[in-house]
Amino acid sequence: MELKGKTAIITGASRGIGRATALALAKAGANVVINYTSNELKAAAVKEQIENDGGSAVIFKADVTEYKQCEALVQCAIDHFNRVDILINNAGITRDNLLARMKPEEWREVIDTNLSGVYNCCRAVMRPLLKQKSGGRIINIASVAGIHGNSGQANYAAAKGGVISFTKSLAKELGSRNVTVNAVAPGFIETEMTEALSGQVKEQVLSRIALGRFGQPEDVADLVLFLASSAAYITGQVIVVDGSLSM
Amino acid sequence: MSVENKVKGIIADQLEVGIDKLTLDTTFEDIDADSLDIVELVMALEEEFDLEISDQEIENIKTVGDVVRYIESKV
Repeated sequence: MELKGKTAIITGASRGIGRATALALAKAGANVVINYTSNELKAAAVKEQIENDGGSAVIFKADVTEYKQCEALVQCAIDHFNRVDILINNAGITRDNLLARMKPEEWREVIDTNLSGVYNCCRAVMRPLLKQKSGGRIINIASVAGIHGNSGQANYAAAKGGVISFTKSLAKELGSRNVTVNAVAPGFIETEMTEALSGQVKEQVLSRIALGRFGQPEDVADLVLFLASSAAYITGQVIVVDGSLSM
Repeated sequence: MSVENKVKGIIADQLEVGIDKLTLDTTFEDIDADSLDIVELVMALEEEFDLEISDQEIENIKTVGDVVRYIESKV
């Protein structure tokens, strides 16, 4: 899987799945733009690790809920690496609550980041991607919750379900330009996002996973790398990486 | 260079058609431009002439002549 000369933007890349994806794409030769919102130290550590392995990366602070900042993020890729070929929309948050208790801001924050953030970044990358006339790859990190729903995550599931439909629509719009657009739907992946869940919930989830373990960020990054590189004839798809959790 | 020649050059370049095939009466249907082709063309025109073309104005563009007249009215 060769990505030499390609440039990839990964949102929310300072930790978790975004971090693992940035490392995987860089290892395959891509120039990587590591986006982060708050944790500059962790983002810088990802950059350092990539550079130590002989890759090239830059970090860029941008809040994906702000369109202007997404434009600046794309411009950063062009300024540093002269082009952008791959966009990984990974930035995401949770504000879990039963709907009966869910505050309007808990709904809004999740929709703003997880769904509107995907629109913002895709919209910002459209012009350079089309202008280059060399195709491209957009990969949106959704969730099994976006397919099956999840109690306590009506906001998160709605946003991720929206991302899946967005992915399919954009795949149809951009197919003629050789830009593939796919969604990846992780199950329970061990990251800071899932760390907060109680031991009891984790036990319950684990008992439903045929592979008998939680997923690692690298399990998701493997698939993203495949979709970003060799998967030339796959578009508009949602691919589940969950060890069978949702089966 | 006249606006007409500039516009024809951009259209020929964007839609990969011979510039000699373009007259003011050529419609975008004639040259098999789909909706995304039109959007790409508009982006190129916006950049070249430093202006913003609204969605409504895009809908009124049917021929090469429409583009030329539109640009001439704006620059």
